[in-house]
Amino acid sequence: MPELTLTEANFDQTVLPSATPVLVDFWAPWCGPCRMMGPIVDELAEAWNGRIAVGKVNVDDHGALAQRYNILSIPTYILFKGGKQVDQFSGAMPKEALKARVEKFLN
Amino acid sequence: MPEHLIIIGAGPAGYTAAIYAARANLSPLLFEGPEPGGQLTSTTAVENFPGFPDGIQGPELMQIMRKQAERFGARLVGETVESVDVAAAPFSVRTNGGTYQAEAVILSMGASARWLGVPGEKEYKGRGVSACATCDAPFFRGKDVLVVGGGDAAMEEADDLAKFAASVRILVRTAELRASPIMQERAKANSKISFLWNTEAKEVVGDGAKMTGVKTLNNKTNEMAELKADGLFLAIGHQPNTGLLQGQPVELGKGYVMVKPGTTQTNVPGVFAAGDVADWTYRQAITAAGTGCMAALDAQRFLAHGEK
Repeated sequence: MPELTLTEANFDQTVLPSATPVLVDFWAPWCGPCRMMGPIVDELAEAWNGRIAVGKVNVDDHGALAQRYNILSIPTYILFKGGKQVDQFSGAMPKEALKARVEKFLN
Repeated sequence: MPEHLIIIGAGPAGYTAAIYAARANLSPLLFEGPEPGGQLTSTTAVENFPGFPDGIQGPELMQIMRKQAERFGARLVGETVESVDVAAAPFSVRTNGGTYQAEAVILSMGASARWLGVPGEKEYKGRGVSACATCDAPFFRGKDVLVVGGGDAAMEEADDLAKFAASVRILVRTAELRASPIMQERAKANSKISFLWNTEAKEVVGDGAKMTGVKTLNNKTNEMAELKADGLFLAIGHQPNTGLLQGQPVELGKGYVMVKPGTTQTNVPGVFAAGDVADWTYRQAITAAGTGCMAALDAQRFLAHGEK
């Protein structure tokens, strides 16, 4: 399942009505921890295979989204379920920790 | 069959040890742990690593070191080591993915940014509280931020932040800075930067969604105050990641792994240490890489001859 590239134009139509939970990764190309987390998030997206969708917001290109969600640190992850924010956390972490934190919301 | 060599940690020390050990046909198994790439992943330009006259981005440098280790057959695993047992050989290493055995182990877990451990800090991490100014400074354009610390790292963070923030106040626990004169001068010359002396951050307060201020204590007058601020950046040093050695026979000093001077040997034969986990003096990428190389050579010799 490919990741979604989220933009100001497609965010509301893509994330909010989604039937499956959506993990949104707020990142920027110049942020070291974001770049280390990139491949980890990619691997999880593949493993989830659509059970949890994964979207990425480049905060340089879409500052309005970063502002709307009060992003003060990157990487920040927000999990949306049924159009609502159910979890938000920041910083690099091991793959297993990210997986466990997100999969908790599967049921 | 136990592995020849397990390397714990994925900073310059671990990757360099892996490059050398792989080239010596030890087929090392390296656990990358919670912060692959280590501290350099939260820096920007590294300008003092030899061989890069124009500087190189920290994350970039780590990616190419990793690639170099892989090229020679090091096996890099994204698991985190939870405990080790080095009381008797073969040593065992338990990760969140399984238990492994090895004849020799290189400890290169590095050091991590220190947190204050005050109420509200965890709650507002990523909502104003940060240990990475290079990552987060741009989000504080026109805002008021605080920096905690009195060393070079604090001055550098303040300088980074002043490019965006309206004001940067540095909370210094004592009455003077530890930072080098050149860094002090730079910070003091910046009109956006000011200092609060003898001041400790005691609690981070906020509105639930983001932090709004910090409660402070003046440790000279015992006066409490509440400073309004949008951000709190920590630059209070690093602590060695030696938690997984608790209860093990490996000798520690001030939390760091002790090695025999001029070598990477710990007091346990077959257990070696490299990089910041055993270094409270130099703490550079190049010294970590250097001791990583030494550890691989020491381990190689140990495995060949059973030498201490």
